[in-house]
Amino acid sequence: MGTATTEKTKGAEGAEAIRAILEAHPGAGRDALIPVLQEVQEQQGFLSKEAVVQIGRHLKLPASKIYGVATFYNQFRFQPKGKYHIMLCRGTACHVKGSQRLLSSIVKLLNLQPGQTSRDRLFSLEVVACMGACGLAPVVSVNGEFYAKVTPRKLAEMIQECRQKERGDVSN
Amino acid sequence: MFEIEVDGRKIQANEGETILTVLRREGVQVPTLCFMEGLLPSGACRMCVVEAEGMPALVPSCSYPAAAGMKLKTRSPKVLAARRTVLELLMANHPDDCLYCSRSGKCDLQNLSQEMGIRGRRFPATRTPQDADVSSPSIVRDPEKCVLCGKCVRVCEEIQGVSAIDFVGRGSRAHVGTAFDQGLNVSSCVNCGQCILACPTGALAERSYIDQVIAALADPSKTVVVQHAPAVSVTLAEEFGVKPGKDVDGQMVAALRRVGFKRVFDTSFTADLTIMEEGSELVHRVQTGGALPMLTSCSPGWIKFIEQFYPDLLPNVSTCKSPQQMMGALIKSFWAEREKIDPASIVSVSIMPCTAKKFECSREEMGRGGVADVDYVLTTRELGQLLRIFGVDVATIAPETADTPFGERTTAGKIFGASGGVMEAAVRTAHVLITGQEMGDLKIQPLRGQKGIKELHAKIGDLEVGAAVASGLANARKLLDEVRAGRKDLQFIEIMTCPGGCVGGGGQPIGTDQAKVRARMGALYQIDRDEASRVSHKNQHVQRLYQEFLGKPLGEKSHHLLHTHYQKREVLI
Ligand code: SF4
Ligand code: SF4
Ligand code: SF4
Ligand code: FES
Repeated sequence: MGTATTEKTKGAEGAEAIRAILEAHPGAGRDALIPVLQEVQEQQGFLSKEAVVQIGRHLKLPASKIYGVATFYNQFRFQPKGKYHIMLCRGTACHVKGSQRLLSSIVKLLNLQPGQTSRDRLFSLEVVACMGACGLAPVVSVNGEFYAKVTPRKLAEMIQECRQKERGDVSN
Repeated sequence: MFEIEVDGRKIQANEGETILTVLRREGVQVPTLCFMEGLLPSGACRMCVVEAEGMPALVPSCSYPAAAGMKLKTRSPKVLAARRTVLELLMANHPDDCLYCSRSGKCDLQNLSQEMGIRGRRFPATRTPQDADVSSPSIVRDPEKCVLCGKCVRVCEEIQGVSAIDFVGRGSRAHVGTAFDQGLNVSSCVNCGQCILACPTGALAERSYIDQVIAALADPSKTVVVQHAPAVSVTLAEEFGVKPGKDVDGQMVAALRRVGFKRVFDTSFTADLTIMEEGSELVHRVQTGGALPMLTSCSPGWIKFIEQFYPDLLPNVSTCKSPQQMMGALIKSFWAEREKIDPASIVSVSIMPCTAKKFECSREEMGRGGVADVDYVLTTRELGQLLRIFGVDVATIAPETADTPFGERTTAGKIFGASGGVMEAAVRTAHVLITGQEMGDLKIQPLRGQKGIKELHAKIGDLEVGAAVASGLANARKLLDEVRAGRKDLQFIEIMTCPGGCVGGGGQPIGTDQAKVRARMGALYQIDRDEASRVSHKNQHVQRLYQEFLGKPLGEKSHHLLHTHYQKREVLI
């Protein structure tokens, strides 16, 4: 019961915040879609079904179209971030230094595609165009903390560490 | 009017025409995949390219306007190679499933590959395997057979105003999907099946219940009965190669008996019954200040549409069940009682031009005590398949008539199969209810034909009557928006989900186009012209049903069996 109420209040607050964003784009149509999606994601952390419906109503666009447009870009996510949000840089420098290999190993290790969050809500994966730390390529960040010159092996250790921390948390 | 040159020949073209239009008129065949008559060209597949002198790249003829002085080559080596490559790339990511595919023989991709003489794979496959969406009771979507032509997306948006699906993702992950890639069953899809008719491949098909029906027919503990909708008899022959517009009602009834159905009933009977109930409901609404305009309720795609998109207008929807469901309810009540058969042992099958009927029969409102009124719905296409499986030849079989007590119909019930038919039948009977006299000329021309929206404004007795008819849900939207905005001159609106009505239904043969829809409509109105019994209130068996069982229209029994209510439906729209 308690949780349900909190979720509901959260939902109502979310809708209120989205309304404020939408009001800043009055009478907008398709052209405003990307900026609106960016602002809503910035505010909410991800694009929920409710948010997409609300945006669609305002912009007079069907949910399928919004989802279609949003999935065309890598930047949008449709699930809340995990406790550990992993960002992987796919900029040119990182690419040259082997970020593709990192991506495939994360995908395998966590069974996650970019944009997804694991079922236990522990991990989420995001691929970004460039983090602006090309000197440190390839770069990965976890909850905003940067790791330089990451190898698949180092990556596996990082993930292992997070898991261990969690186990510690639980046993405490 | 100006001149262009095509393969060295001079040809006349008009301002604003696409190259493809001009070429087709001149009998020059150009292959297409994503082009569709009546929709804006998207230029997505590039199958239709031609070479234009002075232009650096080949141009897609379906979307490129013809211009004065243009010199085109439609079969130069460059053009042929480009088309071939387009096709080979599509085939690279396509399963080799033709032997098992529901679309085999009617598939554009297969046909093109044959026409171009492609005899082997040239490119390795690059796409990832994808699961089919089998969540819907009506539609099966197999993304592996999808060539991403986008026709389904455009039909769903432009013709149906639903937009349940769109392109999702990009690159090798691009596919057609619903919002959040949910199953079609929980999406805003209204199950109309128009996307199936548009699809060039087997990526879209109806959910088939042929196996279940065959199993029921072989089960001695079951009594298997069948009903067939008005539009089916004027279409079925096409499944056997006959040209559109031929009615094979009697042959079809005989064929259904040959297959093993115990009784063959005509859904046009309950169409006549619908007119009695719906006509009385309209009069009741007018007299008691009920919600007007009243909206028809026989088309299940339309019902789901209004539940999702216009729930505020649900009070305007007639409470009448559709003719299919009225028949279903009568079979498992009145008829079961009369024949002393346990309703639970009856398997009630219906043959419909419609995929949404499969969804309708599974709705909770459409049964009593956990027993569904209609168990399985087969489309016209599936009936064709069933008859081929059983080796029944519709061309040579001697015609028979449908069974009592639900076999008699008037032509008013028959023209339900064409957009405007319900309204025409209703006006014929309303005229008698209002003036006490039959109409002089029963034909109501303004309600006929293929226009998306038709209106009738007439005086019946002292009453100003305003009626409107829409087919294709994008057209329905236009009317509903006017009603929402306060339009007051209409009392009754007929809405059919599919363009042209049931004759253009999503369960009709692959290859259905507007010319075929016109021919099928023609066959229905021919029947109306030829036969004597043309008004629903003169259906003798309907009258007897009221005397022996139902009592009167809108009475207690009718209320229980033939009427229902619909509610707002929450889906992602
Ligand atoms: S969709 Fe066409 S090409 Fe593909 S398997 Fe079916 S019939 Fe063959
Ligand atoms: S069945 Fe109709 S509503 Fe559903 S996806 Fe196809 S066209 Fe759209
Ligand atoms: S499902 Fe059919 S109509 Fe839709 S994009 Fe794929 S091939 Fe085209
Ligand atoms: S038919 Fe012209 S681009 Fe597809």
